[in-house]
Amino acid sequence: MTATVATQPAAAQPRNPISQSVRDSLVVAKRNLIRMMRIPEMIIFGMIQPIMFVVLFSYVFGGSMNVGGTTDPAVYREFLMAGIFAQTVTFATAGAGAGIADDMHKGLVDRFRSLPMARGAVLTGRTLADSVQTALTLLVLAVVALIVGWRVHEGIPKALGGFALLLLLGYAFSWIGALIGLSVRTPEAATSGGLIWLFPLTFVSNAFVDSSQMTPWLRHLADWNPFSATVQACRELFGNPGVSSSGAWPMQHPVWASLVWSVLIIVVFRTLAVRKYRSATS
Amino acid sequence: MTGAIYAEGLVKTFGDVRALDGVDLDVPEGTVLGLLGPNGAGKTTAVRVLTTLLKPDSGKAVVAGIDVLRHPNEVRRQIGLSGQFAAVDEYLTGRENLQMVGQLYQMSGKAAKARAGELLEQFNLAEAADRTAKTYSGGMRRRLDLAAALVVRPPVMFMDEPTTGLDPRNRMALWDVIQDLVAGGTTLLLTTQYLEEADRLAHDICVIDHGKVIARGTSDQLKAQTGGERVEVVVHEREDLVPAAEVLRGFGKGELKVQDHTRQITVPVTGGAKLLAEVIRELDTRGIEIDDIGLRRPTLDDVFISLTGHAAELKEEESE
Repeated sequence: MTATVATQPAAAQPRNPISQSVRDSLVVAKRNLIRMMRIPEMIIFGMIQPIMFVVLFSYVFGGSMNVGGTTDPAVYREFLMAGIFAQTVTFATAGAGAGIADDMHKGLVDRFRSLPMARGAVLTGRTLADSVQTALTLLVLAVVALIVGWRVHEGIPKALGGFALLLLLGYAFSWIGALIGLSVRTPEAATSGGLIWLFPLTFVSNAFVDSSQMTPWLRHLADWNPFSATVQACRELFGNPGVSSSGAWPMQHPVWASLVWSVLIIVVFRTLAVRKYRSATS
Repeated sequence: MTGAIYAEGLVKTFGDVRALDGVDLDVPEGTVLGLLGPNGAGKTTAVRVLTTLLKPDSGKAVVAGIDVLRHPNEVRRQIGLSGQFAAVDEYLTGRENLQMVGQLYQMSGKAAKARAGELLEQFNLAEAADRTAKTYSGGMRRRLDLAAALVVRPPVMFMDEPTTGLDPRNRMALWDVIQDLVAGGTTLLLTTQYLEEADRLAHDICVIDHGKVIARGTSDQLKAQTGGERVEVVVHEREDLVPAAEVLRGFGKGELKVQDHTRQITVPVTGGAKLLAEVIRELDTRGIEIDDIGLRRPTLDDVFISLTGHAAELKEEESE
């Protein structure tokens, strides 16, 4: 038995799936950007933390850190910046997670899921908006870095390439955040769930210390840490000191390694997150 | 002939809990079905299945002539959903919220904008249109949520406890909106815990408990099932209970109930207002002073209690 109701399509006819997906994602991204502008304290807090890290690490650790055989604080400051930039972009995880958990919590995900929109668009829109915020944070942070003495030595195009890799890494991590946000019940849980594992991840790496001084097993972890590849790539592209001479493939080919890791994370976590979204229950 | 909303044998389990245990529904086009039941009865689960949000373990669901399980995205074009929470973005203005929803229903930006303006006007939100929803009262958020569900004038609407948490004035205002909507030909499935709401809005009512439909029919049919009218008397003095009971027994058509502490006597009757007048005269003749007397028809509350053995609202605490 089927219903025999005469139906005219209420919503407009379906368009080409790819252009629909792009358009829906942009509609959701716009919504998230409007939200960001109306909650400026979120952006400001997002900036204060990395700036604090720059100042603390430069002036507290600088002078006692050995980078490339010198403990000159100026050398450490230049070394440090790629690490801080990379750590900052990974914090997008927490923002994406909290935002999506909040949408679930408030029933907005139910509303979106009942609309004839592209399935991945809610998450893509969120991650795209997070990238805009990440870019803004990086810009401010780069200015602070310039103030404390960080410089690029390989020209602007290469430096921009480094920032592009950073943005891509941040975008990849926001998909991890999206999956976390869909998996936990509350925005608070998503924030802490999005942050705690970032500390071991970013510390067992070449971000803050020269990994060649670590014990061998730890150095091995650090060399293959997806996060280290981007840091190494940025040091090369910025012409900053402390580029690791490790023979591990990601350290020898950091730009490629950074790209591969980021794309891999996007493919895996986007697939998992979209699948989770389709069956999400608030 | 089946209706705009049709379900057959829907089953959904969450662990050990059978949230839906073989639910059949059939809502003719242009009518309102009230899905009535306590918290945790399975109402929300039924709505979630019918609105493509949840896949049932088994069973069949057809909305607006489209198979929900096979073509969920086509179903989404035909439905509007207003859930238990006002699902609006509180940092967006009312207008921005509606425009976004319109665009996600695949309307053009221009059409979505025009429609948003219309709805804000219709739902009495025009003045607040450019304020963020955060500043709205509970009633305004509900109206905005409902407006969002109506952006494409969907032929089939689902409302999950639309008035929960609203004060009586806002509740009644929302009832008016819903009645207008139905007058325009929309098919509506409405869940509620408020018997009065189902009574007021729904053509047909399904009473659901523990995932099963335990009764269905019009409000009058359900009330008739529970039993007809009765006379209730509250006497002024406790010692009058015995003589008053004697009088009422003479008029009654069934078992007499006497509640000592409230000085109340209840007896099923037939004969309506005419009989009531006779009862009053007889009590008066015997000099029995009464505080209150009335002819009571069963409410949906009575229906619910007689069907489930518990009152509709009592179960709230032990909800999902």
